Amino acid sequence: MAAVAKRPALPAILLANDLLDGDVVFASAAGETLAWTRDPALALVADDDTGAERLEAFAVSEFAAQRVVDAYLVDVETSTGRPVPRHYRERMKTLGPSNRRDLGKQAGEGIAPSGQRA
Amino acid sequence: MYRYDEFDERFVRERVEQFSDQVARRLDGSLTEDEFKPLRLKNGVYLQLHAYMLRIAIPYGTLSSRQLRQLALIGERYDRGYGHFTTRTNLQFNWPKLRDVPEILGLLADVEMHCIQTSGNCIRNVTADHFAGIARDEIEDPRPTAELIRQWSSQHPEFSYLPRKFKIAVTGAEQDRAVIKAHDIGLRIRRHPDTHETCYEVSVGGGLGRTPMIGKVVRDYLPKADLLAYLEAIMRVYNLEGRRDNKYKARVKILVHETGLEEFTRRVEAEFAELDGPSINADPAEVSRIAAYFAPPTYRALPERSTALETARAGNPDFDRWVEVNTTAHKQPGYAAITISLKPVGEAPGDATSEQMRLVADLAEEFSFSEIRVTHAQNLVLPHVKLSDLFAIWRRLGEAGLSSANIGLITDIIACPGLDYCALATARSIPIAQAIARRFAEDTRQKEIGELNIKISGCINACGHHHVGHIGILGLEKRGIESYQITLGGDATQDAAIGEILVPGLAAEEVPDAIERIVAVYLEQRQAGESFIENVRRLGLAPFKAAFLELDRAA
Repeated sequence: MAAVAKRPALPAILLANDLLDGDVVFASAAGETLAWTRDPALALVADDDTGAERLEAFAVSEFAAQRVVDAYLVDVETSTGRPVPRHYRERMKTLGPSNRRDLGKQAGEGIAPSGQRA
Repeated sequence: MYRYDEFDERFVRERVEQFSDQVARRLDGSLTEDEFKPLRLKNGVYLQLHAYMLRIAIPYGTLSSRQLRQLALIGERYDRGYGHFTTRTNLQFNWPKLRDVPEILGLLADVEMHCIQTSGNCIRNVTADHFAGIARDEIEDPRPTAELIRQWSSQHPEFSYLPRKFKIAVTGAEQDRAVIKAHDIGLRIRRHPDTHETCYEVSVGGGLGRTPMIGKVVRDYLPKADLLAYLEAIMRVYNLEGRRDNKYKARVKILVHETGLEEFTRRVEAEFAELDGPSINADPAEVSRIAAYFAPPTYRALPERSTALETARAGNPDFDRWVEVNTTAHKQPGYAAITISLKPVGEAPGDATSEQMRLVADLAEEFSFSEIRVTHAQNLVLPHVKLSDLFAIWRRLGEAGLSSANIGLITDIIACPGLDYCALATARSIPIAQAIARRFAEDTRQKEIGELNIKISGCINACGHHHVGHIGILGLEKRGIESYQITLGGDATQDAAIGEILVPGLAAEEVPDAIERIVAVYLEQRQAGESFIENVRRLGLAPFKAAFLELDRAA
């Protein structure tokens, strides 16, 4: 499995599944470096090629370090102030099952109530 | 029920140890994802949209109370308190953590269960008629055959790396409730007209998915003793000649189609003639040992009718309706089989909570010799219930939200998990099923419409069997939105048929209206006693298509 799929249109975020737990994680800014968060609102948005390359490099190194699987960039729109995937499939990954609003990210699972990184 | 012997036990325990070690090596980096993925898939662990998914095999859909309680416990302790019964009669947990899977496999091994061969290009869980051993139209119980195939196919060294996955189903009844014609191999137990011996009719090359096909008969009357050698001959021809260059053309149905039935049969028969049958076919003593596990339970001698039941039915119309719709006549006088609907209106088809699993396990223990069946239509069955106990069971099911009287009706919808969970899906299935069920929820309306099977898949792989639904719904992506294609005239029984496309693409919110429109044509044009599928067969698609054209003109 390739660590990073073909780059989508920008702006984009990087998402993956945590290797141990399987839940969806997003690359976010942690000072000068990058770290994973469970909260889609905190995903770092890459607006240009430099930003996208940085996310791709992070995907490759984190995959190699056995921390995540299935890492890839997802194109988003940001008009609401937070990144929302343009495609409905990827939006599902930021929410959870639509028939069970009590489960997944839409129910706040793994997301700190204060909005701080979990 | 079948019980593990020391070899089965050791085999499953060893597998748990191996997988625990593989997970540990994945986590410490000594196995890469590319190396680990086939190993996890061999143990039923998938990566889905929101989490890992664990698929547990339920061989030929038969469970004990003890096993179902263990599944309830796993759901509660390691998942989110529910599981999903599939069209392959397996159970899927949607939220397990990889770190917990070795422990879960250990708990499964404690009750003689596992996840082996629930994924990958091997022979998958063998399914059978859910009324095996019960049905009045049955010639012979198919489960000893299914168990024999399970043992033969488990870790079969020659068939562990097939071109593609391989599914086998068995029925021993006149009426096909196991969808055998949509399987890679479908077996039907039947009597030879001259010798009156029980034999197998062997069909090959059925399957749904991208290229749906109905299985074709390669042997009309195979002597029972030759089963494994004949299966081995089919598998060898497939293993050797099945396409490995293109995964979309790798199923045996494509080989049968491209080779032609006559030539394919000739090759199978030639291989069968070459094989050393006695060294492959099961020892008759072993066949008898397996069959003994499926001997009927110790029924009580009861009259054909129960006055207690008749009194309860007369006094309670809801119960009366439930008995009419959800129970099936049993071979044994005074008994019935209950189908417990996992399709309460508004819920996800096939989902059961841990509490519901425990209740069903308790009811089975109290009233049905501790036995439960899972149906391919994603419902549960209590196979051997005294007629006089039906009322007490119905009341307890009602308290747990499990007394829906809709088996075989328009709200008894098959639906795969779809895009709400599945990484392969192109559209959602569950909300479509929920919306249709809500629209047709009223009992009198369901009764008026009668038997009607709606089957929904969230992608072309067809886990929701949409091709063989009387009405099939396939969720696709069109220009970045979910789009639903409707087919009509599919049939999953002995009259198996693939549905034809009626409407190519509807938005999700348009689907319930489309179903209304189809049902309206049927209600308007049906003859006395004519079921929906009979009506479609008689009329063809034209009047149904016309109804949609009228809609377009009006719009």
